Parts: sequence; C-alpha cells; structure tokens
Amino acid sequence: MKKLTSALLASVIASTPLWADPVDDTLILNEEITMVTRTAAPAHMADVVDEVMSGWLFRGTETRAMQADDFDNPGMIFVEQAEEAWNTAEGSEGKSCSSCHNDPASMAGVRPVYPKFNEKAGEVRTLEMQVNDCRENQMGAEPWKYSGGDMVNMTALLASVSRGMPVNVAIDGPAQSTWEAGKELYYTRTGQLELACASCHEANYGMMIRADHLSQGQINGFPTYRLKNTKLNSAHSRFKGCIRDTRAETFKEGSPEFIALELYVASRGNGLSVEGPSIRN
Amino acid sequence: MKLTYLAPLAFAASSFAVNAEEIAPTQVAFDDGSVATSLTGVPGDAASGRNIVGNKGLGNCVACHQVTDLADVPWHGEIGPMLDGAGDRWSEAELRGIVVNAKMMFEDSLMPSFYKTEGFIRPGNAYTGKAADETFGPLLSAQQVEDVVAYLATLKE
Ligand code: HEC
Ligand code: HEC
Repeated sequence: MKKLTSALLASVIASTPLWADPVDDTLILNEEITMVTRTAAPAHMADVVDEVMSGWLFRGTETRAMQADDFDNPGMIFVEQAEEAWNTAEGSEGKSCSSCHNDPASMAGVRPVYPKFNEKAGEVRTLEMQVNDCRENQMGAEPWKYSGGDMVNMTALLASVSRGMPVNVAIDGPAQSTWEAGKELYYTRTGQLELACASCHEANYGMMIRADHLSQGQINGFPTYRLKNTKLNSAHSRFKGCIRDTRAETFKEGSPEFIALELYVASRGNGLSVEGPSIRN
Repeated sequence: MKLTYLAPLAFAASSFAVNAEEIAPTQVAFDDGSVATSLTGVPGDAASGRNIVGNKGLGNCVACHQVTDLADVPWHGEIGPMLDGAGDRWSEAELRGIVVNAKMMFEDSLMPSFYKTEGFIRPGNAYTGKAADETFGPLLSAQQVEDVVAYLATLKE
C-alpha cells in the first residue's frame, strides 16, 4: 500500500504546474544596483537545497516592481522617519546616533553580518539588541519596544544602506551553539498542525498553500513592508505569525528562541543581497 | 475558587454522556494505518463532508489538496496529492485512518492529524498564538471525520 502511494505521489509532483515556480527575473534597484536574488546554497545547506532564493522571486509582477524603485517603495517613507530619529538627541547624555556614527551610510556592511556574537557581552546579538544597547548605555535613553515602530523603522534604515551587499552571518565559533539551537527550532514540528518551518519553506517552496505562494522564507528582505498591513514588519513578527499558523503557542519577539532562529534563518540566506525594506503581500 | 472549576467539568461530563457511543481520539484502533470501526456508529453525511473539506474554518483540506469537485471553492493548494479518485484508491477504513491520523499511513506525513489530542509540541489555542487551554480538542469532531470520509468515498474517477 505505501509503495503504491509513493509512486502515485511522484507522478503528482512531476505534473505540478509551472506557474507556481519562482519567476525568472532580475532585481535592479533604482536602475543602479543589481541584487543577488538567487545563488548557490551556502555549504551548510548543500544537502537540502541547491539554490537559495529571495522571497522577491515568489511575488507578483507589481509587487516586484514596487521594490525596484525607492520612489515606489512605501517602506522608504519609514526609512526617512528613521533618518530623523538618527539625528535626534535623546536621553541623559544628550546624544543622537549621529553623535557617534556620523551618517547612516557609515553603517553600510552592518546589517549583512547580524545577528552576530558580541565578545564583550558574551552573547549573540540581533540588530535590535545592538540599537537598544546604544540607546541605554551610550545615550542614556529608554530602550525601544523590540518590534515597535521606532525600532523597525531604524532597522529599515540600517538595512537600506547595505542593500546589494551579501548576507554573511557567522555560524561557527562562539555563535555555533546559538545557530544549532535555531536549526533545531527550524526543523521542529510545532502546534496542533505539526508543521515545522522546513515543512513549508524547505519541502514545499514554490507550491501553493491555499492562496499563498510559498517562498523559502528568507529574511534578507527584512524588515518588509506588507501590503496586507501597510507597515514595516520585523523578522520576529513574521516568525510569530508563521508559528501561530501551525496552531502553536508562539515565542515572543526578542526571545532567546527567536534570536537563535533569526541567526539560523539568516544563515540560510548567506549570499543573497540585503533587500530591506522589501515589499511583500 | 471551587465554583470556577465546576462549570467546565459539568460541561465535559454532560458532553461525554451524550456521546457515550463515540470513540475518543485517544481510543482509536489502527490496523496498518486503517481504522475499520466508525467513530460514531452514525453514517457520514457526504454533503456535510464536502463543506468541511472546502471550508477554511473546518477541515480546510483544499489548503493543501486540489479537488475538481470543489472547483466552486477558490484557491486549492499543492502540498498534497490531488484528491480526485481518492474513493477508488482507498477503502473507507483507509480513508478514516488517513483523516484521523495520516502519519499512521504515511510515515512523517506533512498532513495534520484531524482526530488527535495528544503528543503535540507547544500546542496552541487555535490560531491565537497562545498556549492551549482546557478547551483544546481535536481539529474535527468524530462525526465531522465520518462526514469527510463519506465525502472522500464519493470521489471516483
Ligand atoms: C503552514 C505553512 C508555514 C509554516 C509552517 C511556516 N511558514 Fe513562513 N510563510 C508561510 C507563508 C504562506 C508565507 C507567505 C509566502 C512566502 O513568502 O512564503 C510565509 C512567509 C515567511 C517569511 C517571509 C518571506 C519573505 O520573503 O517575505 C519568512 C521569513 C518565514 N515565512 C519564515 C518562517 C519560519 C522561520 C518558520 C518556522 C518558525 C515558518 N516560516 C513556518 C507559511 C509557513
Ligand atoms: C498541510 C497539508 C495537508 C492538509 C491540510 C491535508 N492534507 Fe491530506 N495529504 C497531505 C499530504 C502531503 C499527503 C500525501 C501523503 C504523504 O504524506 O506521504 C496527503 C494525503 C491525503 C490522502 C491520500 C491521497 C491519495 O489520494 O493517495 C487523502 C485521502 C487526504 N490526504 C485527505 C485529506 C483530507 C480529507 C484533509 C482535510 C480534512 C486533508 N487531507 C488535509 C497533506 C495535507
């Protein structure tokens, strides 16, 4: 009986309609920067997929076009808001981000390597954690809410100045145990539906799940402006939504579980261009 | 304090009494992935089953499967095989087994288990993202499973 089914399944898979495949298209940002939206899988993934692909390739023609031009990208409005925050002094020290870091452009190259192990703190830090560390310990200001508007806007600004640079997070050395914990989570089938990230984004990318075209669930485009809720969304908010959709108890944004998961998911996109703020459904 | 606990208990007791004939999710007997005995003893209603298979808030089977007979329902997924002809390929007992817990028929299947209440990792309270509470039950009721099985049996080529 089981043998018969797998033969049957093979024929079903072979006849999957082509329209569900990712498009063959090139993302050129502002007619200037050619983005890597598809590249050879990093070595640590070689046994599961050949190629890694940006979620951009799985979206419709109009959504893709919106992201190709900053004037059409609604996410850039939030980047402008963050530029203002960048220059605004806050907290007991009377400092702004620019007091220590000059221009936002000086942050080019930062986004691609986060989450990253911080030697002094002895922990893997997300970009959000680093921003709040500066706010609290350099500026004497209140930390921002992990996935709140101010924070997600700032991470969009930080991503925007690295667009086109390849994601390149370190997974060995002191980051390795965190990376392993994230990997474990990625393959754990959670909730009443018993689905793992891998069930949808590794085993079934390119397929439709009801009305959604499954991508590889990459985070090179985060934060992402979603047409659905017309605001910027952090990677941790997306993780939360996906886990909730397995009818599971989720983890919190900024939790140790999501920090580990972010490092692992980011590493699955090593080599893809930073795209944030991207546009998604 | 005591009073607040009484209400749900009373409810559970009375619903158990009404469905005394029902086989509980934890009591289902599998034989090579199949479940021979009806969960309720009441014949399934194929029309109700058709609704459950297509309805987002019920079985939502079309999230993963295409069914030509349900062409009036928009957006069918491609995660599982097409269900056309399922009634030719599988017996009623096999179909019941697949719907109750597909992992007994297909090892490590991605298909959710529709009549199971134990063995989950971080089970939630429906789609709220919160932890499961005392209202946690199987995805489909025993009679809904029977209705779905009756519908699947009509899918002949
Ligand atoms: C039941 C299926 C399902 C599961 C399980 C699932 N996702 Fe998703 N995910 C989706 C769908 C549908 C989308 C929207 C379409 C797309 O981009 O794939 C999505 C989108 C995403 C995106 C956005 C990609 C982009 O380019 O904008 C990320 C990141 C993501 N998922 C990560 C995860 C992670 C991490 C997990 C596990 C913790 C997970 N997903 C589990 C269905 C799922
Ligand atoms: C998350 C995806 C998913 C959902 C939801 C789902 N299935 Fe499935 N189903 C599968 C997959 C995948 C298979 C292939 C068997 C395997 O896992 O190897 C399958 C197999 C089957 C089969 C055997 C297919 C054949 O013809 O050989 C039947 C019948 C079936 N499912 C019915 C249902 C019904 C009825 C529902 C809803 C009550 C449902 N499925 C919901 C994924 C799903």
